[in-house]
Formats: sequence, structure tokens, C-alpha cells
Amino acid sequence: MATDDSPLADLVVNPGAGPADGVMVRAEDVHKSYGHLEVLKGIDFTVRAGEVSVVIGPSGSGKSTFLRCINHLEKINAGRIWVDGELIGYRQRGDKLHELRDAEISRQRRSIGMVFQRFNLFPHMTVLDNVCEAPCRVLRRSRSDARAQARSLLDLVGLADKVDSYPGQLSGGQQQRVAIARALAMRPKLMLFDEPTSALDPELVGEVLDVMKELAREGMTMVVVTHEIGFAREVGDSLVFMDAGVVVESGTPREVLANPQHTRTGAFLAKVL
Amino acid sequence: MVDPTDPTPAGRSGQPGSGGTTAERSRPEPIQAVPVRHPGRWVGVAVLLVLAAMFAHLLVTNEHFQWHSILVSYGDGLRGMMFTGPVLDGLKGSIALTVLAMIIGVAIGVVIAVMRLSPNPILRGVAFAYTWFFRAIPRLVLCVLFGNVGILWSRVGLGVPFDHQIGQLFGTDDLSLKVWSVSSRDLLTGFLAGLLALALSEGAYMAEIVRAGIQSVDTGQREAAEALGLSNNQVLRRVVLPQAMRVIVPPTGNETIAMLKDTSLVAYTPVTMELFFQLQAIGSRTFKVFPALVAACLWYLILSSILMVVQYYVERYFSRGYGARATRRPRPGAPQPNPVVVEPVGPIGVDHGH
Repeated sequence: MATDDSPLADLVVNPGAGPADGVMVRAEDVHKSYGHLEVLKGIDFTVRAGEVSVVIGPSGSGKSTFLRCINHLEKINAGRIWVDGELIGYRQRGDKLHELRDAEISRQRRSIGMVFQRFNLFPHMTVLDNVCEAPCRVLRRSRSDARAQARSLLDLVGLADKVDSYPGQLSGGQQQRVAIARALAMRPKLMLFDEPTSALDPELVGEVLDVMKELAREGMTMVVVTHEIGFAREVGDSLVFMDAGVVVESGTPREVLANPQHTRTGAFLAKVL
Repeated sequence: MVDPTDPTPAGRSGQPGSGGTTAERSRPEPIQAVPVRHPGRWVGVAVLLVLAAMFAHLLVTNEHFQWHSILVSYGDGLRGMMFTGPVLDGLKGSIALTVLAMIIGVAIGVVIAVMRLSPNPILRGVAFAYTWFFRAIPRLVLCVLFGNVGILWSRVGLGVPFDHQIGQLFGTDDLSLKVWSVSSRDLLTGFLAGLLALALSEGAYMAEIVRAGIQSVDTGQREAAEALGLSNNQVLRRVVLPQAMRVIVPPTGNETIAMLKDTSLVAYTPVTMELFFQLQAIGSRTFKVFPALVAACLWYLILSSILMVVQYYVERYFSRGYGARATRRPRPGAPQPNPVVVEPVGPIGVDHGH
């Protein structure tokens, strides 16, 4: 279905090209604690540009927390995360790390789109304004320009007739598609999905997954935390199984799903498949 | 309590077999049951009607109200108390004080609330101290205090702090590095002192209201805005505060009405251009104390009613996007939204109502 003249293609920055070494996200030995509770115990993780990495695991395994570390919504306690070769949240001078200022962190976040489990659309703004807000305020694009782009994005996710609705008037699946359009409006080079279908009625899951699959086909680099094993099998380039704050196993979805190497992976897959 | 003698025609039509035995199952008759009777309500209405009649009778027949003095004329060639020049001036003063004190108070409140929720411990401390001080002192005491604060300094101005003391260190007694100054007697008497007392006190209360509003906004909203790259300032102004307004507006309406009434306290600052002061003055001068008080009550009732109407519209504006009133009402003359469903074009195979 993906064609070169697809309108979505020019929304995906550098499809397949990416940074010099081809790595979009690199995490090394990432640790994260809340007080005495250590939720991430040394995560190593790599996503190459244009790849879709699917993260699965039981609740409380730290997969959502790790995703939130990638755009610095959570501050990590140890380790390093780079996105597109840029260290997230800190600047390294010699062997000392300096915290980045809020404005610098905001700049890093511009190129990382995020989609949340609970959609988190702005309820006081129309659908169109939700999508326009960041391009207008952050990228200082002209209002008419941003609106035109927002309309074409909403058209792409199948919501062209909902531009003047408020989020509260939409179904969960429609809201999540708006949320994806909102993230794409910043023309991100990386998209993070935090259980994007977990809050949806089963019959609405498909419409959101369809948009994500199309995005994957267009070459968007994606990290997807999900329980949708079928999605992982179909579009995932790599599958990561996390449990109790560590990466238990990773590989291509085909390998991991068909032939899990660890008993914990096997036990988890037996329950969700 | 159902009246046993009440004939119930609905009882007969609800018998089994009256509609359900036929093969095509016609729609059953609508239920026409006898509603539950509420005799207590009728007793209540009767009691209230009697009380209302007694009150109306009191208003009309008791000559101490002196409605003629209040509404028409309270002396030869004079208008009614409510409408004399000084009272109307006082009314303007009270309205001006209410509006200005609320504007300044809300502004202070937002700033203090944001400081209170800031990660910066210095700002948090200052905000806490401000709220602590201005909530602790009664408004009446503040009004009197601000009227007398001129006792502390003869002049108030801008310049280098401690200039006098610095001068003494270097051996001169009259070093003055004031850029601009004004006599405190001119600055801090009357209207401005009363306004400051009310506004600063209001700021402390508004700070708590705004803080509650900000904290009522789901943390996911802030996260979504931050993830899009909005700055802290933009997150606050564009995302958090507009949603907090839904929680902030109703108690602010309350505060505005309370402020309208509290303007009567500045009579002790003293501010003379104020409604209650003027009416009391007329009352004591003409020995018509009670009618003057009634006139004041009437004005406060009228102004509060207007504020309640304003509050209704403000609340409706800030609840857009929530509940049944979610749609923007089309402006008259504006093009109607196109009811035709736009077919999704492009490569995404979203199942969209087909």
C-alpha cells in the first residue's frame, strides 16, 4: 500500500536514512528508581533508523517507564540514552554530566513524538487546535500553514470530518488517531507509543493499529510498548521482552515468539497468545 | 401515601394478556401509573406562603421602612436615598474597588499559586509566607492598618535601598539616592490604601483557589504538552490554566461577591467614596437609620444579582469541551458545518464508517 507519492511519506523524516551510524535510539545500562524501588535495572536497547521495535512484558516490568525515559519525561538515575546521536537530558563535558536546561530538553523533545495510553488530548481545544498547537507555538509556523498541515494529517488518519469537534465528542479510537496526528505534526524522527490501544474497546483497536502499521510501512522509526502480539509479529523489526526491570530477551519477533529462550518469556507468551 | 379511594384506570390496562398474546407482539401501552404523592410538600408550600405573606405585609405596612424616603425622596427637593449624588458616587466607588481589587487579587493569586507549585524552594517559601500573612490578618484590620501605614515613612519612593545608612558609613548624614518619591500621605491614604488592603488579602485567597485548580488538571495533560516540546510557560498558559479555569471560576465568583460586600470595610481606612459609608452618613444625619440600611441592602442585592449572571456566562465559556455543551454554537450567519462525511483519502486503510 505504501507508495512513493504517499502524502505520509514526506511527513516521515529521513525514511531509512537516519543518523550516520544508522542508530536512532541507543540506551546503555539505564537505571531508574522511585525511592528505594528500582524499576529499571540496567536496560540496554538499540533501535536503528526506520525500524519498529516492540516492547512487551507484564505490568510493572518497567516497559512504560523506560519509554518515558527516552524523551526525558522520567529522569534516569544511571546509564545513558542517545536519540539520533544526541545524549538525552544531559551534556557531557569531559567526564562530568551537566543537566540540560528546560528549554534545551524541550528542544530535544520536539523531534520525538509520543502517544499515550490515555490519549491526553487537550479537552478545551478542538481537534484541529490540538494538532496545530505545537507547530504554531513551538516551531512558530504560521497559523494557516499549521492548519493546512493539520487538516491533511487528520485526513490521513481518517478524521477529516472531525476537525471542529472537541476530544470529548470522539470515541477512544478516534481520540487516539488525533493524538497520533498531533505527534506527527511536529515531524518527529522518532515516535514513542505507550500502550496506545490498552484503553480502547476491542472493536476500536484495529483502526489505531492500522494507522500505526501505515506509519511503520512509511519508514517511521517507532518504539511501541504494547500487548498486541499480532502487531509485533506483523510490523515489528525487533521484539524486546522485559520483566522486573530488565530486558529478558530480544530478537526478531519471529524468533522470540516462536522459540523463546527463557522460561519467563515462554510463560508470559503462553498467557497472552 | 397513596389515596386508597383514588381510582386507578392504569391498573386495568396493565393486565396480562392484553397485548402480548398476539403473534405480531404490538408495542405495549405506555405506563400511566399514579405518581407517588408528596403531601409534605403541600404543607411546606402552605407554611411558606403564610410566612411570605407576613413578610410582604411587614414590608408594606410597617412605616419604619419609609419606602418613600428610600426610593422617591427623603426630604424637600431631594431624591430617594438610593439615588442621591453621594450615594451614586459611593456606588461607583464600591464597584471600582470590587473590580480593581479582584483584578489585582486574581493576578497576585495566579503568581503566588504558580510560585507555590514551583520546584524553586525560594519561590515556594515566599509564596507560603505571603499566603500565611494575608490569610491570618482579618480584612477589617488590614483596611485600618493600611490607612495608618503612612506613619512608618514620610515619603515612599524608588532608589538605592539603605542609602541613608550607607551615607552614614561614609560620614555624610544626608545621602539620598532616591530616584523618585512621593509623600506617603498622598500615596497611602483613602482609596489606594483600601484597595491595597483588599487586593493583597484577596490575592492570598485566590492563590489557594488557583492552586487547587492547577492541581485538579490531570498530570497527563502536562506530560503530553511537554512531550510536544512546549516550554514550561506555554504548558502553563496554553494547557494547564485554561483547564484549571473550570475549577477556578465558581469559587472566584464567590470571592467577587464577597469582595463586593467587603468593600464596606474600607469605610474604616477611611474611604468615603463607598456605598455603605455614604448611606450610613445619610442615615445618621437625617435620623433615618433603618431606611438607609435597607437602601444599602437593596443595592448589594442588585449588584450581587448582576454578578451572578456574569458568573453564569463565564462558567459556560470555560466549560467548553466538557459535557453536553461541548459543541461550539454556530454563530448566526456563519456557514453551517458540512454534514457530508468526508471520505478519507490517502494510503491509510482506516475503517471509517463504511
